[in-house]
Amino acid sequence: MVAKMPDETRIVITGIGLIAPNGNNVTEFRRNLLAGKSGVGKIETHYMGEVIAGVCDFDPLKYQSKKELRRGTRAGSIAIYCAHEAIADSKLDLESVDKSRIGIYLGITEHGNVETEHEIYNIKQFDYNVELWSHHHNPRTVANSPAGEVTLNTGITGPHYTLGGACAAGNLGLIQGLQMLRLGDVDLALAGGVSETPHTFGVFAAFKNEGALASHPDPQKASRPFDRDRNGIVVSEGGCICVLERLSDVLERDAKIYGEIVGYATNSDAFDFILPNAQRQVECMNLALKKAGISASDIDIINTHGTATPEGDKAECQAIREVFGNNSNTYINNTKSYIGHTMGAAGALELVGNLPSFEDHIVHQTINVDNLDPECALKNLVINEPKKVDKVDYILNNSFGMLGINSALIVKGFAE
Amino acid sequence: MKTEEIRSMILEVIHEIVPDEDLSNLKGDVRIRDQIEMDSMDFLDIIMELRKRYGITVPEDDYMKLSTLDSSVAYLEPLLKDT
Repeated sequence: MVAKMPDETRIVITGIGLIAPNGNNVTEFRRNLLAGKSGVGKIETHYMGEVIAGVCDFDPLKYQSKKELRRGTRAGSIAIYCAHEAIADSKLDLESVDKSRIGIYLGITEHGNVETEHEIYNIKQFDYNVELWSHHHNPRTVANSPAGEVTLNTGITGPHYTLGGACAAGNLGLIQGLQMLRLGDVDLALAGGVSETPHTFGVFAAFKNEGALASHPDPQKASRPFDRDRNGIVVSEGGCICVLERLSDVLERDAKIYGEIVGYATNSDAFDFILPNAQRQVECMNLALKKAGISASDIDIINTHGTATPEGDKAECQAIREVFGNNSNTYINNTKSYIGHTMGAAGALELVGNLPSFEDHIVHQTINVDNLDPECALKNLVINEPKKVDKVDYILNNSFGMLGINSALIVKGFAE
Repeated sequence: MKTEEIRSMILEVIHEIVPDEDLSNLKGDVRIRDQIEMDSMDFLDIIMELRKRYGITVPEDDYMKLSTLDSSVAYLEPLLKDT
């Protein structure tokens, strides 16, 4: 074990706001995960008609005016909702904290596709007359837009930006928040990730044309990581923002602590535009363990990235096997089987769905595994039924993305 | 379009752009932006909507002529007389 860090550099999660296809707060999300309830359905897209997707049901007008809603983006609405819910959950009063010392760091897989596609669709009705291209297009599509919308809505004047990290972005948002708190740049971080991706046909069409879009007669069975008959990704929207604080600040106000981020790592495959690389994933997980000062046998739960592509799941299982071998206490699960791939939100959302395990000692299952692929038959893979375990001290969350970006985050159940 | 129809159309467009605002007491001879919360991007939405609905291009030099409800009606009346 590494020497205990001073409380000023220990970063803890004190509030969670989330929107998932199967729940709009941690309690509901967790309940549906343990009940094996999928949130995947169908939506209508331009040009492609009906597609299988994970779409969220929440009321953006709870925190936005109608005008804000019209001016902004779907990702912005998701971010605003999650930010308010996270702050409320932390029991902080936004009006009594120094708003210039709050930072907003949100992971995004992409941003601007939705808005650009809609503009093109609109001017198509007018014979592509670009005089009808909206003047809102630029503020809607700048990469900081979802985080910036949170500042406009809340009056937070500290730093805000997004982190473009493909499908590793949710973890990156949390890592950035942690780093900025440790540097002393901010006193409170709203960190996580968001996705509005199902509202553009292009991502579906591209996945379909590369043979990586999930299909199944029953949408709720379409996302099936580790199953022999998996055939690709279900594209989903969602968001998750965590309130991160330094432990030294939190102890002063007696807040609920969901967990402490004790390790993280990101690295690059330098290998291929879309194919994964198990060896770099191994290096990423090992680096996170090293930073946490623990060994692989200390990890109790691994939330896999597993998107249900044939190659991606195989590579990750190979990497996990190499790092964790036959650890008897390390249980492995997957969240995308319920909600599809929430892109920029995935890292943060999938992590927080597992945090209640620190208290209830239950590992939520991976659903839709009807015929386990022998190449994905990891020891202690929790499938189709939740698993009660003796203890949960450490959770490791994997999130990987295109262009060979890997991330691993380790959270420890809180103990002073 | 008749004068009253033009006035209704303008109010309908403004309502779409600033849906949270109460337009029921909007005075015709006072600057619109002094009566409701409306910024320059919202104003550009009005210009865009006129272009989209009726093919009307309002030159930038004429923007001031759309500052009140009454002046907007007066400006648009000849442009919409055949619609």
